[in-house]
Amino acid sequence: MPQRLSVIDVDRCVGCQSCMFACARRLGEGGLAGACIGVRSAGGIRRGFVVVVCRACPDPPCARVCPTDALVLRPPGGVRLRAELCIGCGNCAAACPFGAVFWDASQNKPQICVYCGYCARYCPYDVLALEDLTPPPLLVAGEG
Amino acid sequence: MLPNDPLRRVLYVDLSRRRFWVADRPDLFEDGLGGAGVAIRLLEEECPPGTDPLGPENPIIFAVGPLVGLFPMASKTVAMFKSPHTGNLGESHAGGRSAVALRMAGYGAVVLRGASPTPVYLVIDGDEVYFRDASALWGLRSSATVGRVIRERERGAGTRTIMRIGRAGERGITYACVVTETYRHFGRLGLGAVFGSKRLKALVIAGRRSLPVADRKAYRETYDAIFRAATESPLMQKYHELGTAMNVLPLDAIGALPTRNLQSGRFEGAEAISGENLARNYLGRRVACAHCPVACIHLAALRLPYPNDPYFYKTVMLGYDHEPIYAVGSMLGIADVAGMLQVMDETETVGLDVMSTGVTLAWATEALERGLISRQETDGLALAWGDWETYVGAIRRIVDPPNDFYRALGRGVEYAASVYGGADFALAFGGNEMPGYHTGPAGHLTYLTGARHSHLDSAGYSLDQRAAAKGETLTPEGVAEALLEEERWRQVLASLVVCFFARGVYTPEVVQRALAAAGIDRSADDLARLGAETLARKHAFKVREGFDPVRLRIPRRILETPSPLGTLDEDFLRQAIAHFFRRGFPILPDFAAL
Repeated sequence: MPQRLSVIDVDRCVGCQSCMFACARRLGEGGLAGACIGVRSAGGIRRGFVVVVCRACPDPPCARVCPTDALVLRPPGGVRLRAELCIGCGNCAAACPFGAVFWDASQNKPQICVYCGYCARYCPYDVLALEDLTPPPLLVAGEG
Repeated sequence: MLPNDPLRRVLYVDLSRRRFWVADRPDLFEDGLGGAGVAIRLLEEECPPGTDPLGPENPIIFAVGPLVGLFPMASKTVAMFKSPHTGNLGESHAGGRSAVALRMAGYGAVVLRGASPTPVYLVIDGDEVYFRDASALWGLRSSATVGRVIRERERGAGTRTIMRIGRAGERGITYACVVTETYRHFGRLGLGAVFGSKRLKALVIAGRRSLPVADRKAYRETYDAIFRAATESPLMQKYHELGTAMNVLPLDAIGALPTRNLQSGRFEGAEAISGENLARNYLGRRVACAHCPVACIHLAALRLPYPNDPYFYKTVMLGYDHEPIYAVGSMLGIADVAGMLQVMDETETVGLDVMSTGVTLAWATEALERGLISRQETDGLALAWGDWETYVGAIRRIVDPPNDFYRALGRGVEYAASVYGGADFALAFGGNEMPGYHTGPAGHLTYLTGARHSHLDSAGYSLDQRAAAKGETLTPEGVAEALLEEERWRQVLASLVVCFFARGVYTPEVVQRALAAAGIDRSADDLARLGAETLARKHAFKVREGFDPVRLRIPRRILETPSPLGTLDEDFLRQAIAHFFRRGFPILPDFAAL
């Protein structure tokens, strides 16, 4: 079953960035350039942290605004980048309300979570977990 | 070092001319590795003999090391400068996001030269450097506001460091600190005053680059081993659970918790200010430095009513650790936890080193008790043990001095006692105020012999406690050699730069493996040589600037108040000092003759 990364309890986040370094290390490098997950303070560390991850939307705005269809839908949610089609326009990054489309400055292309869960394995405080992604109920016009 | 590792890049900033440039300095990092090993070499290059610590020629050097950005708990930045507090070697370490941000910006070190004619804050954003006008930020009442304003104006949230000073730094109080990420500090020896002398209100560093490794598989394996040790082994448990505040009760139990200016080693309010009580009633959040899963930073949530406004409250979040608890808790006889936290809050607001502040106020309280000074000097304040509100008033007067007495307090306890007397109970070592351990001779010998006169230089307090627990007898020579060995090894950790709290994880073997992953080949002997050489260079700098171990002042008070290892003997301390310098630094003529 397809999975996605989930922020289970952001109030347990201590801001250690172990998840960010793990994401970069997945590619075999140190540092942070490769990270597709972001942790920042919620307006000052005294207020705690915000953890930015791709939530694998069923109808992702990043894909809808891509002029070259480089972001391919992954049912039931999320996207996969076909880098050879990407022209680096940045529409996707601007469209994501969470800021979960990170940017690879050296390639001038987006870098997006691949839902592997490597980061969650390095979260010492159970903030993150992989969860199964079930198809969303069909939206019916007129409801809600 | 791998050919594409940006560690070798040194950023030079001239604040006088508003220019910056980058130099490739593989030589520095080959010889000194990083951190302290590189910073002392840069200090030799940049700081001419006899430099005025508050003059434009005093450099500020920040250095990180090869393991930063690659391995967990390699999370510290080393700052070096000439200290306005001691007039000698200034070295202070801080975490927060400072180290990772500097490394991710693509540098191994930053050198700040000169002084700006007008207030500035500096932004280092990868390859770009911006000089921003800070005249509107100058004089802001709280250092926290400085952080808040800059946070909203600059980019890089989450991966940047915002180092800033409070008004204490602007005013040149010699023990003003630099605050980074609200809760960490380049606390000791007055870096904040050096910032202020350069009219540098803040330094922002941001970046997000990648770092090469020599062997991906080996890198991941070594990483996992270190990460497991950090999160699963008992080695880091103390820092993880109660934090350093867990020291309060055990130290009190053995009579090693300096109380009321070390008139006693026991404090009847220890339970109240203990890590246990703070965790039970105040712990509001735990946070971590960048790339450290341990999260030793403990924040107290303090709910304060507005006295004249019913149903109006504020909740402040305050960082606490053993040293601040000692310095403005037991040392000032404050057992009211909420009061103690508010004294800490005031030191944060103005940007003072809390340890030097507490010790200086403890001396002032005793000086007033003994009649060396009167209410005339204290501007009417009746400084008295436990009276936290009066201490808050005194801290404000240190920063806005109404008279010469507070101006003297603003230069620390060594200076204040030289003017008003009471040197016997002025608790400073090499000019730096005492840390929170009265464990025995080794603890005090660390303060006396350590290159920074810091308890973290060689951790003699730990030697004392082991001796007390095992019933061992310490000898001057034995202590001197153990401290020398420890301080040398810590130069290696400070060059990587690994947090000293992680010293149990980063054994010499682990350090070698981690360095290999970064493409750096060092034998155990190489590392030992690096440690010894780095420490020798620091002492060569200190001798050049007038340090003389024969003239080290030993405050009588530490010989009067019994320690867990009995009453300390001055001859023991003098013999150990002589042995430490003669054995450790025979190459330096002053020490050979000891």
